[in-house]
Amino acid sequence: MKTLRLLLVSGVLSYRALFNWIHPTYYVPAMLGGPIFQILFFAYLGRFSRLDDDAFFVFGNAIQIVAVAGIFGMVMGVAGERWAGTLSPLLASPANRAVLFFGRSLPFLVNGLFVSVCGFAAGWLLLDFRLEASALAPLALVVLVTAASCTAFGLAVGSVGLWGREVFVLANLVYTGMLVVCGVNFPVGRLPAAAQLVGRVLPVTHGIRSGRALGAGASVGDVLPDIAREAAVGLAYAVVALALFRFFERDARRRGTLERI
Amino acid sequence: MTSRLRRSFETTCAAVPRGLALGRLVGVGWRTHLKHESQSGFVLLVAAGLPPLYATIAFYMLESGKQSGSLLYGAIGAGFMGVWTATLFGSGAAIQVQRWQGVLELHVAAPAPFFVPLLALTLATATTGLYSLAATLGWSWALFGVSLSIQHPGLFVLAVPVAVLSLGALGLVLSSSFVLWRNANAFTNMLEYPVWLVTGMLVPVALLPSWVENLSWVLAPTWGVRAIRAAALGGDSLRPIGMCVLLMLVYAAVGTLLLWNFERLARKRATLSLA
Repeated sequence: MKTLRLLLVSGVLSYRALFNWIHPTYYVPAMLGGPIFQILFFAYLGRFSRLDDDAFFVFGNAIQIVAVAGIFGMVMGVAGERWAGTLSPLLASPANRAVLFFGRSLPFLVNGLFVSVCGFAAGWLLLDFRLEASALAPLALVVLVTAASCTAFGLAVGSVGLWGREVFVLANLVYTGMLVVCGVNFPVGRLPAAAQLVGRVLPVTHGIRSGRALGAGASVGDVLPDIAREAAVGLAYAVVALALFRFFERDARRRGTLERI
Repeated sequence: MTSRLRRSFETTCAAVPRGLALGRLVGVGWRTHLKHESQSGFVLLVAAGLPPLYATIAFYMLESGKQSGSLLYGAIGAGFMGVWTATLFGSGAAIQVQRWQGVLELHVAAPAPFFVPLLALTLATATTGLYSLAATLGWSWALFGVSLSIQHPGLFVLAVPVAVLSLGALGLVLSSSFVLWRNANAFTNMLEYPVWLVTGMLVPVALLPSWVENLSWVLAPTWGVRAIRAAALGGDSLRPIGMCVLLMLVYAAVGTLLLWNFERLARKRATLSLA
């Protein structure tokens, strides 16, 4: 019970305190406006390049934008402890680190899901994109798993912020890099083998493939292997994030850099 | 008549050194801010790290699709996208950053008009966008074998600085209007893609709804990228260069008016130093 309370209450409190874009006047332009314009930009670039139809780009980008909450949100939620000056008291507390930081990721998971739903809705309203009603529930599952996987990845990126100061540079690089190697806007088969390998171990890649397959009429059973791969990627990043936390915490204590801004 | 002529001559003589001094102030400010901006990891990433990635996406999309055309078209577009991003993020927060650094009051209190040091800053942020153009063209040449043969080198050398200056002037409008809006930071995040889209950086404006074309005319990036493309790929680049100059003058006038209003309100409400 105590663990559950720590997971939920500390997560919500941290979200309210550290997520800078929580107010609607910030949330709407940064979390919804930017991602929706991303979908429109690539859909129109797709029309110009005549690569594929709008649905290809809506699936790719509306699923990839879970990374806005998953990566940028988690960076604010975790690395923000350093800027807010609360990192030292937090690490001095006896609370379980895993519970503490996974609690912080829950609001961003919900956020990622919401942003993606808005992305699909914008695609339906503004572009030539339609979805069968029967595909809605499986697609929701795909987006949920992808958002969880991306949030775990964001936790790992955010943990770097406990150690280094330029974590937003890393977050921007990672977010844009995902657009290149995760098959968001063109088939990954065209990339060099090394880049394809990077794409396979990043979140979003398998989620996007599942989403497109569902859009093309595949059943849940058909896409289950891809959903499982996406979940496995997320699980691996969760483990990496925890390991990084422990490493960076020890290193920052040793070097006395916990409060360096 | 003679005394009036003499007074007019004396006024002109007095104005020349002042104009030179203000020009020198813009030059020194531009150099200082450019050095300062070039030390920031975030600025360097936005200017030189991300545009080559966008160029990569554009190349793969254009190559995978059925659209024939020059890859240099995509490289210039992606490079100029970085110039806009550098201007947007650098200039949008210019006054707010001056507040945090504690130099805003000094700039306002200085004898030089406030728009002069601010113009130097916005020009410097737009200039960091040149890193983007250079990095993207270099990346495209090295990885995708894009031929960098420029059809009109003279016009290219003219078009690039004029385009950057016009974006710097647009930055002056952004910085002076965003300062009155507390959530401008979030707004800058939203403005990146729409301006890339409506100014024809990668997608021709003709593919967009017709009302977008009218909007694109008042945005300097539209003419900047057209001028550079026409100089590089062949075509009329003098008209877009002329439009850049015209818009630069309009932006400078609008920016000065907005700044005057900001300064008046900030003095009246004593909010100049509120970070």
